[in-house]
Amino acid sequence: MKITTKLWIVIVILIVLSPLGLIIPEYFKAGGAWGEWGADEMQKLVGYIPKGLEELSSIWKAPMPDYAFKGWEEKGLLHLSFAYIISAIVGIGIIVLVIMGVRKSVLKRGD
Amino acid sequence: MHIPDGYLGPETCGVFYAVMLPIWVRASKIVKKTLKAKQVPILAIGAAFNFVIMMFNVPIPGGTTGHAVGGTLVAILLGPWAASIATTIALLVQALLFGDGGITTFGANCFNMAFVLPFVGYYIYKAISRNAPIGSNKRVIAAGIGSYVGINIAAAFAGLELGIQPLLHKTATGQALYCPYGLNVALPAMLGGHLLAFGWVEVIATALVIKYLQKRSPELLEEGRKN
Repeated sequence: MKITTKLWIVIVILIVLSPLGLIIPEYFKAGGAWGEWGADEMQKLVGYIPKGLEELSSIWKAPMPDYAFKGWEEKGLLHLSFAYIISAIVGIGIIVLVIMGVRKSVLKRGD
Repeated sequence: MHIPDGYLGPETCGVFYAVMLPIWVRASKIVKKTLKAKQVPILAIGAAFNFVIMMFNVPIPGGTTGHAVGGTLVAILLGPWAASIATTIALLVQALLFGDGGITTFGANCFNMAFVLPFVGYYIYKAISRNAPIGSNKRVIAAGIGSYVGINIAAAFAGLELGIQPLLHKTATGQALYCPYGLNVALPAMLGGHLLAFGWVEVIATALVIKYLQKRSPELLEEGRKN
């Protein structure tokens, strides 16, 4: 088997295992990443929402916020794990398309 | 380490876009010149690895979470400029599609994770491993140390960028406009988590893959040494 095939298998295994990145923090009652709070969490932390932060924080509406489907925020860990895996597949799929797309423009002919 | 929109003021955002622009241009030129066609799949795998490893959030029990980035590993295989491109693409997809990291802060996030991290990690790896044989443990250790220092320096930069905001932007009443935490809080918070926990995930992931490649595909590491 070619090494690239083997490495892609490793990536697929990581995609399947990725929900561990949701489940383990939940199990240890850990919060989100430091400095990545939403506006309402900020309100709780410092007692107010910084004005500039409030304005800029909604500048972009991601189609799959937090690697989940919209409206799935209240769903259980099983649903979120499913969405997480789908997110990984979609994200990596786009990355591969981008790299294969630019390869033509990036690589010299006949290389 | 993905700074969201709203945490950095416009000046800081602008400065880091301005810093990253020539880096992106130079990286594209160098990758165009040196990356061979057969290395393109490795670049894709590298960016995919960056993307998926960042989904493995690691908790500090009762505290915050963080993750590895994998930038040093890609730099060891393809050189730091190609690693910079790979991580930039991963960060772009994360920001646009999943709202992980901001749009205004994209320059800063790329500076930390797609520039500082792979370059620091790579040159430490190079300095330690020198002419060590491809299959040697010295290379595994060098990769581990490089990846650890790389992610921690990157985290320190993120802490600095966040921590200077209260100095730069305040309302008349003393409220912060962007990140409300100063250097005394932001720097230890960002650095502490990575020194204690997330940096070690980076070390383990990097060392495991290097070890695996030494056994299964030493020619890939050989190719990387030429960068």
